[in-house]
Amino acid sequence: MSRLIRMDGTGHSTLAQWTSDSPAAFDAAVAEFRAALDEGYVGVVDRGGGAATQVRELPREADLVILRRPIAGG
Amino acid sequence: MAAEAVSDAALPEHAGSAGVLPELASVPWRAPETAASLRRRGRLWTASAALHCFPFLAAAIGLVLLNPVATPVAIAALAHAWIIPELYAARGARVTHAKGSERSRPELVAQGLLGDLLGHDERDLQRQTGLALERGRLGVWLIGEAGALLVTDGGRRVHCFCVGVTDPDLPPSDRIAHLLLALRTDEEGFATVANHAFAGAAWRVRRRLDRRQRPALDSARAAARRFPRER
Repeated sequence: MSRLIRMDGTGHSTLAQWTSDSPAAFDAAVAEFRAALDEGYVGVVDRGGGAATQVRELPREADLVILRRPIAGG
Repeated sequence: MAAEAVSDAALPEHAGSAGVLPELASVPWRAPETAASLRRRGRLWTASAALHCFPFLAAAIGLVLLNPVATPVAIAALAHAWIIPELYAARGARVTHAKGSERSRPELVAQGLLGDLLGHDERDLQRQTGLALERGRLGVWLIGEAGALLVTDGGRRVHCFCVGVTDPDLPPSDRIAHLLLALRTDEEGFATVANHAFAGAAWRVRRRLDRRQRPALDSARAAARRFPRER
């Protein structure tokens, strides 16, 4: 089961979940993902081993896609 | 500086890659931070500290040589020579000071996610010290809620960066997770977006950290000693 989560004031919220054999769930996740990007979130997939990738389209095969806010120098 | 949503249209040419931090679009005037630029920064900070201290040291020695009665004034001058780098180091170390509460339910949830992102040893260290250790190509990083330390030069030098997420509702561990994911996406981009606050001797920065954070710097220095010098 793949998950799309957003880091927020609750710790994190699960926005969508999908499996490879549930296209409708994946389409709903894509819609959530795009809406979050429009709000200014950045999609990231942690690849392990100290590497992460920014994603602009929801990767169907990823186990976990994390939405984060942009960072800035303080 | 406020964290702003970054549209694709605002991205610089090279920002189309998944390996480039989109936040670079908000600081187009900055040259990319690299190992070479960090070495330059380190040398500049060392030179700056020397220039600040040298007049006081010279005055102290001169006063004693001219007239031993002036020894108390010479001691005051030596104190100035000591205090000025300490003040800079204190400013640098302040980037790691904790800002949020640690017992709220959102923080417990955020701790779980951050723990999943970290290895076993790094997770234990983060829970003990509040700082997440991450090995990068530029050196060994310690990520806090609103800043990061980068240990370089075999553990002898520490660069202090002020960087964070401006959303006031995020629990502390989510703040760290934000910075960690940005760092893992593009390390040089992360160092470029962050504001460089200080670079100096690791022992001097360590004295200015909260006591509970010092073991994290000790671990990072140990990891940096094993870190290849020129990567």
